[in-house]
Amino acid sequence: MTTSTEPLASRQGAPRTTPRRRVRGTPLTWVRRGGLANLLFLLPLLGIFGVFSWGPIVESVIISLQHTNFVVTTWSDPIWSNFEFVFRDPTFWLAVRNTGYFALLALIFGYPVPIVLAVIMSEVKRFKGLFSVLAYLPVVVLPVVSVLLWKNVFYDAGATGVFNIILSWFHIPAQPWIQSTATAMPSLVLEATWAAAGGTIIIYLAALTNVPPELYDAAEVDGAGIWQKLWHVTLPQLRGIMLVTFILQIIGTSQVFLEPYLFTQGGPVQSTTTIMLLIFQYAFQSSDGGSNLGVATALSLMLAAFLAVFSAVYFRVTRSWSQN
Amino acid sequence: MKSPRRSIILAVAGVAAAGMALSGCSAGGSTSNGKTEIVVASVQPGASAESLAAFQTQVKTFQKANPDIIVRGEEYDWTGPTFAAQLAGGTLPDEFGVPFTDSKTLASNGELADLTPYISKLSYYKKFNPNVIDVAKDSKGHVYGIPFSPYAMSISYNRDDFTKAGLDPNKPPTTWDEVESDAKAISAALPGVAGYMQMTSGNTGGWELTSASYTRGGRLETTAGNGKVTVDTDIPAVKDSLAYLAKIRWTDNAAGSNFILDWNGMNAAFGSGKVAMYMSGSDVIGALVQNDAVDPSNYGVTTIPLESDSKAGVLSGGTVAVANAKDNPAQLAAVTKWIDFYYGQPAIDKASAVTQAKALQASKQVVGAPSIPLFDAATADLARSWIAPYATPGLLDNVKPFTSTIGKQPIVPEPSRHTQDLYAALDSVVQAVLTQENPDVDSLLKAVNVKIQALIDADSDQAALK
Repeated sequence: MTTSTEPLASRQGAPRTTPRRRVRGTPLTWVRRGGLANLLFLLPLLGIFGVFSWGPIVESVIISLQHTNFVVTTWSDPIWSNFEFVFRDPTFWLAVRNTGYFALLALIFGYPVPIVLAVIMSEVKRFKGLFSVLAYLPVVVLPVVSVLLWKNVFYDAGATGVFNIILSWFHIPAQPWIQSTATAMPSLVLEATWAAAGGTIIIYLAALTNVPPELYDAAEVDGAGIWQKLWHVTLPQLRGIMLVTFILQIIGTSQVFLEPYLFTQGGPVQSTTTIMLLIFQYAFQSSDGGSNLGVATALSLMLAAFLAVFSAVYFRVTRSWSQN
Repeated sequence: MKSPRRSIILAVAGVAAAGMALSGCSAGGSTSNGKTEIVVASVQPGASAESLAAFQTQVKTFQKANPDIIVRGEEYDWTGPTFAAQLAGGTLPDEFGVPFTDSKTLASNGELADLTPYISKLSYYKKFNPNVIDVAKDSKGHVYGIPFSPYAMSISYNRDDFTKAGLDPNKPPTTWDEVESDAKAISAALPGVAGYMQMTSGNTGGWELTSASYTRGGRLETTAGNGKVTVDTDIPAVKDSLAYLAKIRWTDNAAGSNFILDWNGMNAAFGSGKVAMYMSGSDVIGALVQNDAVDPSNYGVTTIPLESDSKAGVLSGGTVAVANAKDNPAQLAAVTKWIDFYYGQPAIDKASAVTQAKALQASKQVVGAPSIPLFDAATADLARSWIAPYATPGLLDNVKPFTSTIGKQPIVPEPSRHTQDLYAALDSVVQAVLTQENPDVDSLLKAVNVKIQALIDADSDQAALK
């Protein structure tokens, strides 16, 4: 403990009493200036991140260049062969297309829903808490439970499926839902939107409470109607939040795994095989008890690199928008 | 392929089990008082309390006879997703079961412990049916475990549904045509119930398509004289099997309305009455009772129909009891004793068979699930006669359609190379015929050939390099 308290004391006292002394470079001055204390405070963080984040990242780069089943490990020959395998696999391009399709559908249908609901809910004067609870409830339900519920009760393709019963009230024929290549992916997006909307709604609601009421008053004085207020006041005020939720949604949907894994295992006929599911299949559903781990890791790195570049470009492009 | 897997529940349970293991519940070893402690796979995750109780009774009996060994049970079900990670993390049990589909590959990869010095000393080692013990050996002939509960593919059916549809549950179908007509009758009489269905996902679609193709004389992998393995799924037997399934789905409308069914999903659908008849392993009743609340008196099983083709046969599989590759010699010796006690003796020793049957009976577990002979038919018949008094009521009668005819069916092992990859690739083809009216089956099967052949050829290239 003496080592940690001493530099602390020196940090609090010494620099103030001896300002701008031009001594630099020696380890002793580094210690006197509190370098050691800083390091000590940093150590737990460095340890945790090192062991649980950076270590695995470095390890995964190494594994992506190997053939391994955790018992027998050899370097790939040629060294990039795992990456080459991914690019040559027709399922990879299918998975890219499917993931893109999921992200697009989620963007078109899933992205506006929380904004619209949040705006409506912020306008509601009575039972506001009740609506918030109802909107947030799906987030509280365990994801696995909600997927199994949707799969076996709502999406049952027979005449007894809940959604098909509802459709029959309107004389609409029973739909195959997750049992058809055409409707499987939209069905997954529908459930994913339901499951995730609540969390985003809460974020928007919080942002909406920060919109100064004077702006609405001023707009009203200027003769603005409800749509004009929405377009000229509400949405511009939400812009910063919307930019962040947009990129979070893109990252989230690019990594979609739970829905395709639990609902369809990538079927029917690979119509819902996403990149994350393909990574899982490479790693764990091959014949060799996981000797495709290298390929799986290679694809993981490719996905991570793509998302990192995408995020960097996105923030660069939108920097001016969010600052205004 | 025994318990084609990867269902959510098992995955979740697997993770939970891994978590438990991480928190210090696993990894046996030597204790301070000189005893050897081993962790053995007990029951499947999610199994009932009664089945765990039956297991504990067995443990007590074993420890009485082996006071220097401490046995701890852990719920475990072998799955590809958890195996490699648990092995690397040191959280695998010391003893566990691996499906026939994977045992040879894992043994050859060095992922299982070599038990040759221990198992070769067992009295019945030389009595094993050579084709059966072969699944527990690696390419050099070393033995990694002993096979147990070998099964043949069969047709499981709901006896009540047969009665309700005006069919005789004691006369299940014996040809594929009869399966179709019975399925039609059931679906017509019971709307919403699939008369006949096969599994389609988690590699089980390919597993059952392969089985159906075997019954029509097809072989999906062939080995040439020089050892080169060729994959060919674009063959009449496979196409006929797919066309048959498509006819039940689209023409007869007797396949129900849910077509994404893995092993657990199908068993659950059968248990909840949504499927009346399906292709299954002959020993599935144990799992159906443990996990899906199926009443054994309402359960029927019969042999899978074989076409007249001279090569027609029934696909077989099973489980190999193996040991953790990281165990020390003392643990390996203890594990072998346990495997001998739990899996070996009941097949050859009357007292052991009766003790085990009594324990299962006392805890309301299935006694008398049909399987195929581990040694020879006479030994199997004898073992069956020992446990007959304790068999689950009605079950021996209900499984007669299977047990009375399985002896006449030629047994064919599963494809040997990249089996899971082959099955996974075929899943999509099975799903295509069930979810699309006119899929291009030829090109789908050709694509499977190209994909799997490339994997097999890559292995040969690597072997040549070594």
